Amino acid sequence: MDATIKKQLEITACKVRLGIIEGVFNAKSGHPGGSLSIADLLTYLYFAKMNVYPDKPDEPERDRFVLSKGHTAPALYSVLAERGFFDKNELKSLRHIGAMLQGHPCITIPGVDMSSGSLGQGISAACGMALSGKISNNTYKVYTVLGDGEIEEGQVWEAAMFAAHYKLDNLVAVVDNNGLQIDGKISDVMSPYPIKEKFEAFGWHAIEINAHDFDEIEKAFNEAETVSGQPVVIIQKSIKGKGVSFMEDQVGWHGTAPNAEQYEQAVSELNAKLKELEG
Amino acid sequence: MADVIKKATRESYGEALAALGEKYDNLYVLDADLAAATKTGIFKKKFPERFFDCGIAEANMMGVAAGLAATGKIPFASTFAMFAAGRAFEIVRNSIGYPHLNVKIGATHAGISVGEDGATHQCNEDIALMRTIPGMTIINPADDVEAKAAVEAAVKFNGPVYMRFGRLAVPVFNDPATYKFELGKGIKLRDGKDIAIVATGLMVSEAIEAAKVLEAEGISATVINIHTIKPIDEEIIVEAAKATGLVLTVEEHSIVGGLGSAVCDVLSAKLPTKVVKIGVNDEFGHSGPAVQLLKQFGLSAENIVKTAKEAVAAK
Repeated sequence: MDATIKKQLEITACKVRLGIIEGVFNAKSGHPGGSLSIADLLTYLYFAKMNVYPDKPDEPERDRFVLSKGHTAPALYSVLAERGFFDKNELKSLRHIGAMLQGHPCITIPGVDMSSGSLGQGISAACGMALSGKISNNTYKVYTVLGDGEIEEGQVWEAAMFAAHYKLDNLVAVVDNNGLQIDGKISDVMSPYPIKEKFEAFGWHAIEINAHDFDEIEKAFNEAETVSGQPVVIIQKSIKGKGVSFMEDQVGWHGTAPNAEQYEQAVSELNAKLKELEG
Repeated sequence: MADVIKKATRESYGEALAALGEKYDNLYVLDADLAAATKTGIFKKKFPERFFDCGIAEANMMGVAAGLAATGKIPFASTFAMFAAGRAFEIVRNSIGYPHLNVKIGATHAGISVGEDGATHQCNEDIALMRTIPGMTIINPADDVEAKAAVEAAVKFNGPVYMRFGRLAVPVFNDPATYKFELGKGIKLRDGKDIAIVATGLMVSEAIEAAKVLEAEGISATVINIHTIKPIDEEIIVEAAKATGLVLTVEEHSIVGGLGSAVCDVLSAKLPTKVVKIGVNDEFGHSGPAVQLLKQFGLSAENIVKTAKEAVAAK
């Protein structure tokens, strides 16, 4: 990846993380851990990959995105705001009464292609969108992100079978493998491992990457475009809470909002990082 | 009297899809390995490129339908009522109902008249379940003519629709030449003054038969066909209650949460009136020939007559 582009993506991802913290702090609830672990991925998708149109969010030929792990809505909202789909101030009223930004993604929000949040369902809708594109010879691609705990849901594997059966090579699913779910380590709660081999056995082309390296992210999505006749899954090894020191790899930050002191610390860490990047 | 033609509304569903496929090139059909039974196979034969089997995976099928609708297609997701409303309930609620997507759910093999397959497949709960989803339209057609008209109305309507069809061949009593389907509007089939029989689905023809018997015995009954259970036609129900002062609801569904409950919801708020319900009484079904089961569970013209007479006598 071009060094300037990479630097710019790192800067944007830092701003996206700030937006996540802003949203969850003001909501006094929500899911910062899994939002921070996909911040780099969503930044790449919305700023370097997907054809989206903030001024025409419903453009029929746009690429589609379904956040199957819908509880990490703060990441999606933050990236959409950063990309210009709506005002960043909306993040401050996340989860408030009467607010546009609901606790989980809602299709009526500009830039949100599908309501999601009940785990295991988003990937099926993404399959439907991809099938629809195939039927009508559309050029758009469909992207969806699942949690590694989420793939414990049986519906995910119904969808996995479906996507391979109908050769949905216009679909890329990402499994955010941060290794933690609410009750603990995924390997202790209900191991979904081996993830790569499972998807391969279901007929998918699987790629493993480091979630926090834009070179690897780009390489994976470029590889995905060369695959024909089968869907692609990118299993990204990530760090839950990535970017905020005290939240990193801590299961307790799955669904807890920071208090005022923790908020200040998170913001100051991210601002320091931003300053460093902007040099 | 000429022989009454009988036909299962699942057949009407399959035939309607095949006919409407010509007219609407945006219509797609999904099934979950039951195309031979739901009769979507008729559509599949004619439009194989617009038919997608999802295998025995109803949850995913409903999600796929949502994705198709979100990208402008009109999908008909088809399976047995038990799996459409039961197994896939939460997907229908969250992936179709909440985003209010234009998905049509064709649920066949509803009710006790599934017959020999027994309790696991006799879905008496689907109307109750679907009624709880905001914005869901529910249609329970009474015969072949109405079923076909309902499918076309569903195509024209923008929003999620749950359609309920049966396995058992039932009398075709509507005249295709004069029948008019209006979504959300009940149909008054008979005017009476002693009791109003409000029926839905395959119980409508039984209600008509019952009203004839009642008339011969000096009881004058109104008969109303409620094909659209949600949104329900409040006006026709209130008017019938006002005219008769006694309502008898009849449905091949649990008495919990179905047509009877919907009618009570309307009347308790608008015109408190005594309502007697005929339906499946909070119990599971069992195996047996459909016609015998219907009789055994009181879903017959005979039981409507008996119940109506008792209710009128107690007035």
